[in-house]
Amino acid sequence: MNAASLAPLAVVLPILGAALTFALNRNPVAQRMVSIGLLALTLLLECWLLAAVWTTGTSSVTLGGWLPPFGVVMVVDQFSSLMLVVSSVVSLAVLVYATGQGMADGDQEAPVSIFHPTYLILVAGVSNAFLTGDLFNLYVGFEILLTASYVLMTLGGTGPRIRAGVTYVVVSVVSSVLFLIAIAMIYGATGTITMADLAVKLAELDPATRNLLHVMLLVAFGIKAAVFPLSFWLPDSYPTAPAPVTAVFAGLLTKVGVYAMVRTETLLFPGDTLNTPLMVVALLTMVVGILGALAQSDIKRLLSFTLVSHIGYMVFGLAMSSVTGLAAAVFYVAHHITVQTSLFLVTGLIERRGGSSSMDRLGGLAKLSPMLALLFFVPAMNLAGIPPFSGFLGKVGLMQAGMELGTPLAITLVAGGVLTSLLTLLAIARVWNRAFWRKPDDAEYPDPVLKDTAAVGLLPRTMVGSTAALVVFGVALTVFAGPLFQLAGNSAEQMLDRTAYIQSVLGGDAIVPGKAAPGTDSGPSLQGGAK
Amino acid sequence: MSVNLTLLLVMGVLYACGIYLILERSLTRVLLGLVLLANATNLLILATGGYAGLAPFFSKGTDSGDYNDPLPQALILTSIVISFAVTAFMLGIIYRTWALARQDDIQDDAEDRRVAKTPSFDAEDDAEVPQETSEFPLAAIAAGHTPDHPEAADHPGLAGSTPLNDDEGGGPR
Repeated sequence: MNAASLAPLAVVLPILGAALTFALNRNPVAQRMVSIGLLALTLLLECWLLAAVWTTGTSSVTLGGWLPPFGVVMVVDQFSSLMLVVSSVVSLAVLVYATGQGMADGDQEAPVSIFHPTYLILVAGVSNAFLTGDLFNLYVGFEILLTASYVLMTLGGTGPRIRAGVTYVVVSVVSSVLFLIAIAMIYGATGTITMADLAVKLAELDPATRNLLHVMLLVAFGIKAAVFPLSFWLPDSYPTAPAPVTAVFAGLLTKVGVYAMVRTETLLFPGDTLNTPLMVVALLTMVVGILGALAQSDIKRLLSFTLVSHIGYMVFGLAMSSVTGLAAAVFYVAHHITVQTSLFLVTGLIERRGGSSSMDRLGGLAKLSPMLALLFFVPAMNLAGIPPFSGFLGKVGLMQAGMELGTPLAITLVAGGVLTSLLTLLAIARVWNRAFWRKPDDAEYPDPVLKDTAAVGLLPRTMVGSTAALVVFGVALTVFAGPLFQLAGNSAEQMLDRTAYIQSVLGGDAIVPGKAAPGTDSGPSLQGGAK
Repeated sequence: MSVNLTLLLVMGVLYACGIYLILERSLTRVLLGLVLLANATNLLILATGGYAGLAPFFSKGTDSGDYNDPLPQALILTSIVISFAVTAFMLGIIYRTWALARQDDIQDDAEDRRVAKTPSFDAEDDAEVPQETSEFPLAAIAAGHTPDHPEAADHPGLAGSTPLNDDEGGGPR
C-alpha cells in the first residue's frame, strides 16, 4: 500500500460530513460536533500524507480501477500535501470561528443549518483540486468549490450580498466555461486529459497549438486566481459576505487558482515560453492592487485589494521558473493563506467590537480591546513583510531569486516587489492609525459602540480563540521557516524535474520529455487511431 | 480527424449569441447567455470525440477503430449536470433580486461609487502637521492652559444604505 491510497479520504470525509450535517440540520450541537470532528480528522490524515510523502516520495492512486491514462488519478506530492495541510488548518480555524459566531448570533448572520454542509463541500472541492492528477477532475473540483462558494457568498440573501453574488457567479461561470473549452481543445489535440500523460504528449505538439492551449488555461486560472487584468471581480464581491466566509475565500479560493497555474506552468507547459508576459502581469498585479488598497476606507475592501496585490508575488516566483523562485512562491502561498485569513477573521472581530469595518467610523480600538489590537498587529506586520516574520522571509526569497536571474525585467520586478511591500505597510499603517490609535472622538463618524465601555464582553471566546490560534500558526510558519523552506525547495525541485510525478502515475518506465529515456525508446502511442 | 460542419456552425452561432447575451445588463439575458455558452462548449467537446462510431460496448470481431470515443460523452454528461446546477442557482438569485429590488438589472456597488468620488485631498492625511503633537505639550503646560482641539473637518456624507434596501417592501405587491 502506498501513501496515496488514503488520499481520496481527504475528499470523501468532508463530503460525508456534509451529508451528515445536512441530515442533522435540526440539531445544531450535533452538527457542530460532526463538522469540526470530521475536519479535524481530515487534517490529521493530511498531516500523515505530508509525512508519508516526505519520506517515501510522490505517489499516486487510480480511482475506480481504470488505469491511467484512461481513469482518474490522484497524485500526492510534497506541494499538494503541503497545500492540503495549510488549507485544512485554515478551514478548521474558520469553521470554529463561524460556529462561535453562529452560537453568539443565532441564525441571522450565517444560517447555521445550511452553513455547515456547504462549508464542508467547499473544503472537499479544495482538497479535490489539490489532489487530482486529471485535468477534467480538476474542473470538477473547481466546480464543487465554486458552487459551494456561490451559496456561502449569498448566505442570508440580503440585498448587497445578492448584488455581489451576481457578479461573482457570472465571472466564475465564464472562467469555468473557458477552462472547459481549454480542456476540450487539449483533448482534441492530444487525446488524453490525464495530466502526467499530457506532460508527455503536449511536448510533441506544434508550438503554435501548444501556446494557444497554454494561454487558454492560464486565462481561465488567472480569473480564478485574480491576476491583474482579470482581478476586477474580487474586491467587488468578497467584502459583502459574512466575515468567516470572506476569510476562507480570501485564504483558499484564489490560492487554488494559483496552485492550478503552478501545475500548468511546471507540469504541462515547462520551459519559458510565457515567462515574460507572466512577469509583466505579476508586476501590474502587485502595483495596481496595492494602489487600489490605498484608496479604500473600508478595512474589508482594503484587505481584498492587498489580497489581489500579493497574488502578484506568487506569479512572480512562478514566472522565474527557477528552483529558488518556485520555492519562494510555494513558501509565499503557504504564508499568505494563513496571514490573509487571519486578517479577515480579525476584521470580523473589529466589526463586532467597533460596530463597523469602515475606517471613518472606527477609533481607539487599541485601548478598548488590546487583545484585538495584538491579533491585528501580528498578521498585519507579517503581511507587510516586517523582518522577523514569514512575509519578510518569503519576499527575501523572491528578491534573491530575481537577482539571481538578473534580467532587466526581473530586477524591475524586484523593485516593484519592494515598492509593493512598502505600500502595503502604508496601507496597513493607515488602518492601524485610524482604527486602533486615534481617539474615538477623532473619527469622522464615530460609532456609538466605541464609547460604550460596558460592552467589552461582546467578543465570544471561541471567535477570539480560533483567530488567536491562526495567528499563532502564522507565527509558527516564521519559527519553522527553515524546514518549511526546505520543503518548498524540495517540492520546487520535484515540480521542475517532473520525473517523479510522471513516473508515479504512468509507471517507472515512462519517458519524461527532455530527459534521457530510462528504458526502451518506444513510447505508447495511444493517439494513433484518432486521425 | 473529420469534423461535422453543421455541428461547428451551430457551435459558432451559440457562442456568438451567448457572448452577446452575457454582455447585457439584464440578469435574465445573462443567464440565457451562460446557458448558450455551456451548450456550445458541450458541442465542442462532442466534436473533439471525432467521427461517429458504434456504441462503445465490447463485442468480438469489431475493430477497435469502429467504436465511438466514450470519454467526451462522459465529460459532456458531467458538464451538463454542473451547468444545470448553476442555472438553477442563478434562477434563484434572479428571483431574489426581483423580490428585493423589483428590477432585473445588475446593480453598481455603492462603496465602489463612493470611493470613486473621494476627493484626492484627504482632510486628515494632508492637513498641516502641527508643531506640537504630544498629548501633554510642554509649552501649553508651562503657559497654564490646554490647547483646544481643532475640529475634525467635515466630509461629504457617507454613502447611505444601498439602493436595494431602499426599495425593499416599498414596491407594489
